[in-house]
Amino acid sequence: MYWQPTASIENLHLRAALLQQVRQFFSANNVLEVEVPILVSNTTTEPHIHSMSVNCQFGQTSNQHFYLNTSPEYALKRLLSSGSGPIYSITKVFRDNEIGRHHNPEFTMLEWYRPGYGYHELMREVADLINQLFDVGKIDWISYQSLFERSLDIDPHRACLAELKQLIHEHIDLSFAIDNVDAALEVLMSHVVEPLLAESVGDVPTFVYDFPVGQAALANITVNDSSNKVAQRFELYYQGIELANGYDELTDPIEQRRRFLADNKRRRLLGLPEIALDEKLLAALSNMPACSGVAIGIDRLLMAKARADSISELISFTSDRI
Amino acid sequence: MASYSTNEFKSGLKVMLDGDPCSILENEFVKPGKGQAFNRVKLRNLKTNRVWERTFKSGESLEAADVMDRDMEYLYTDGEQWHFMDPDTFEQHAADEAAVGEAKLWLKEQDKYVVTLWNDNPLMVTPPNFVELEIVQTDPGLKGDTAQGGTKPATLSSGAVVKVPLFITEGEVIRVDTRTGEYQSRAKD
Repeated sequence: MYWQPTASIENLHLRAALLQQVRQFFSANNVLEVEVPILVSNTTTEPHIHSMSVNCQFGQTSNQHFYLNTSPEYALKRLLSSGSGPIYSITKVFRDNEIGRHHNPEFTMLEWYRPGYGYHELMREVADLINQLFDVGKIDWISYQSLFERSLDIDPHRACLAELKQLIHEHIDLSFAIDNVDAALEVLMSHVVEPLLAESVGDVPTFVYDFPVGQAALANITVNDSSNKVAQRFELYYQGIELANGYDELTDPIEQRRRFLADNKRRRLLGLPEIALDEKLLAALSNMPACSGVAIGIDRLLMAKARADSISELISFTSDRI
Repeated sequence: MASYSTNEFKSGLKVMLDGDPCSILENEFVKPGKGQAFNRVKLRNLKTNRVWERTFKSGESLEAADVMDRDMEYLYTDGEQWHFMDPDTFEQHAADEAAVGEAKLWLKEQDKYVVTLWNDNPLMVTPPNFVELEIVQTDPGLKGDTAQGGTKPATLSSGAVVKVPLFITEGEVIRVDTRTGEYQSRAKD
């Protein structure tokens, strides 16, 4: 029986100090800290995020479902729609089945929103925070398209499934069939492109931006210099770890409903339960100011800080010790 | 036979893949942004010893391989097969050349080796890290040689040829590291 923590006491000090620095950063930049519910009645429709269900007695109707939050996003957007101005939240989130060197089913997420910011402005603010925490000096930017052109000599926005499958066949031994362009791009990204990126940038934090529209999630769509439609979404990579994921946020409730329904259609195809749409969020969206938002995994930030191999070294008790 | 799902994969687990027994070396969970989660798994094929990486969809499962390690005594070879005996059950097992592999160089009758059985057949023979074997042939060292001198080849009773210091003579028993094939010392008796 292991009753001891998975993290060292030293790393718990590191966590406390980093949280304090993060709070100072937002306080200095006039971003308001808010708390939002962890227990929610609507959860994400994303087919590849698995929510944990909770049994509660207090529900209004006997068959009401409750979940543990997979992200504070919906609640934060309802606050933005109520005139909160710039806000951030540091909260526990839960995603079932995600266990590994970089994953624990329960983890701590920092998420913030900047009304009036485009995603490039928000990337600069993320860079400021990273510089404050790590004192890295230099930060790089590269578009998803340039990254794929550089690594695999292919335009990810125009490549067809057959071309991508050929590339997968050349580089990766996959046990399962790939049936859509986005899944193919994700496999290539994680097996080939990311490792090459990590090698080439060394210790320089690097933003990857303008994702394929199929990976837009809750981001707006725009057209890039090569006349490709792209999602205004970015990720930040540091020390080979994906640290942050941000969007120029979609505020159109009709388009948002369409994407939720598309998620549920995909869920049906995958044999997963459909998720009831969050009507409160959809109702709020029409009041939401144009804004950009980003989520950063605090435990992964700490991994980078401690140069740790496993997220378990930074979490007091990982989910296999609870 | 039982099967294991990707979240149970861990180093040392024996599974069947493409009809061959394999040992899992590493298992890395990968979850791209909002996409399908998968596991990048490094395995060693226990028949060919080849190491490679395959990516599974998270939640996929593989059949367990009926593979187990047994300490066995080496008995003799008939030239085609190498015979081992389980000292507890007196059960004998014959390993072919592929299963014996490199271990062939370090066999001594009545010594103990780890025999990996797959469906009760020897799949692999692993010698202990150090074995003691007799030198059956080596040229005499030159007069006046000291311990700091060079080395010379020596043939051992198992057939292996190792480099030994010049002062070692025929008929001596030496200790060899089977992982590197290097001479360690004279056997201490």
